[in-house]
Amino acid sequence: MPDINYLNDLVIQVRRDILRQVHKVNSGHPGGSLGCTEFFVALFQELMVRNEGFDMDGKNEDLFFLSNGHISPVFYSVLARSGYFPVEELNTFRLINSRLQGHPTTHEGLPGVRVASGSLGQGISVAIGAACTKKLNNDNHLVYALCGDGELQEGQNWEAIMYAAGNKVDNLIVTVDYNGQQIDGSLDTVLPMGNLKAKFEAFGWDVLEIEEGNNLEAVINGMKEAKSKSGNGRPICVLMHTVMGNGVDFMMHTHAWHGKAPNDEQLAIGLAQNAETLGDY
Amino acid sequence: MKKYLDSGKKDTRSGFGAGLTQLGQTNPDVVALCADLTGSLKMDEFKANHPERFFQVGIAEANMIGLAAGMTIGGKIPFTGTFANFSTGRVYDQIRQSVAYSHKNVKICASHAGVTLGEDGATHQILEDLGLMKMLPGMTVINTCDFNQTKAATIAIAEHIGPVYLRFGRPKVANFTEEDQHFEIGKAVQLQEGNDVTLVATGHLVWEALQAAEQLHAQGITADVINIHTIKPLDDAAILASVARTGCVVTAEEHNYLGGLGESVSRVLAQNSPYPQEFVATQDTFGESGTPEQLMDKYGLNAAAIVKAALKAIARK
Repeated sequence: MPDINYLNDLVIQVRRDILRQVHKVNSGHPGGSLGCTEFFVALFQELMVRNEGFDMDGKNEDLFFLSNGHISPVFYSVLARSGYFPVEELNTFRLINSRLQGHPTTHEGLPGVRVASGSLGQGISVAIGAACTKKLNNDNHLVYALCGDGELQEGQNWEAIMYAAGNKVDNLIVTVDYNGQQIDGSLDTVLPMGNLKAKFEAFGWDVLEIEEGNNLEAVINGMKEAKSKSGNGRPICVLMHTVMGNGVDFMMHTHAWHGKAPNDEQLAIGLAQNAETLGDY
Repeated sequence: MKKYLDSGKKDTRSGFGAGLTQLGQTNPDVVALCADLTGSLKMDEFKANHPERFFQVGIAEANMIGLAAGMTIGGKIPFTGTFANFSTGRVYDQIRQSVAYSHKNVKICASHAGVTLGEDGATHQILEDLGLMKMLPGMTVINTCDFNQTKAATIAIAEHIGPVYLRFGRPKVANFTEEDQHFEIGKAVQLQEGNDVTLVATGHLVWEALQAAEQLHAQGITADVINIHTIKPLDDAAILASVARTGCVVTAEEHNYLGGLGESVSRVLAQNSPYPQEFVATQDTFGESGTPEQLMDKYGLNAAAIVKAALKAIARK
């Protein structure tokens, strides 16, 4: 395991990367990105078995699919800082001719991305397909996916959730970023989701909860527990309770920063709350 | 005139089933997915031979397309099977993002296209699917004309890297192309040579175009008949070479005239050398219940309609 102090430093650096990416182009989605920073760092630095370099087929390594593609800033930052492409390329986020499109895509050949996402609700299906191919290939590695909580309002998810349980896709761990917010407000005001844990369980999934989804060690431990449950005939869901905008005080506990970039002054405040650790790009 | 014999009526969907069965034996990477229509899609034999490579997804087409996209990661070649309506319109965004934009090697195989689906009526008779699919960047779009060609196309698309939409149908129709033919994606097949009019047909209308050419011949008119099995990429050169000789064209398809083969041919003519064109296609309408023959007649999708259109095109030269 990498040193926990290093990982905590990386979390802070990734937060800076997120803020600087969206600020530069005055667009993008900082709220959800900040809320999932610890998860991405834990996944790529601690949990996933990853091969050197990148090839689309990803045989004999763990795979990750981001379903809620709008949190691309955190995905790009952690991919770059995990060696998939130069960190300096974060400078091109959302710019013309960039591989770092507003929402992640394979179209420009960015290493680390295996499917386009952005139009919501499609990632779990794709992850299940990849998990099925791993089984056909006798490849015992795992497939991870992340989706938003509001994203579960898309019906395709429930087709996929039903399929995975019915077909014992047990090499799959789907984490739900359970921050309770979506663009128009809280889940409860937009479309109440009811008891998500009970819903997944009713569909036949093993469900774990990470109560402190912005505590790096809690995320690592929770995801390790999820991993230990793989191979038992049931797909695994992790309900990860996070705070949108975590680590930047004025962005927290509100949906206001779902898809809004900070201005110069706000950026300065956000960066001051997350002093440079590993070096800005 | 070349003579084309019907070796016995067969449905094009059975050609797909036969092709898939053969692929199961020859290509271990081929997997098949079906949304609760295994019998209708003639996928039973593949399922029986390779249960581990057959995925029954239930009545959940959006998930089926996503699964197929994911299955390509690791080297599988997924063939999805359901009706054309549920293969396209119902799952357009899934195909657009997870398959086409992501350039996944998925083969979307669609049966019961067009009005010849028959008695089930307009809810199931999609006449817009060619347009939907051909507008997606990178998507190859194929509409086969008989059992033999559908079987050959099914086998051929497994060798093509990239997303493919393969469209076929339900009714038993003349089986007149060669058995075990070589199928080349994007290459038009010249069936008759003539000098007065070019008939460019796809799918079930190819046989009708051959009948129309015979009827025109009886009136002293010779027709080039081109079997365009691939709508995209379109064989522009074959169309232009023919029309340069005949001076007019009739396009024939079991599809809306908006968005279909006809518009693709119009684009080729407009960009190169405009000639009179007539469209044998549905006229921006939904279908309805009826027998396939009744519907083809009512919606003007048969040899008689092609002859009429040909005479009109010739008169406009």
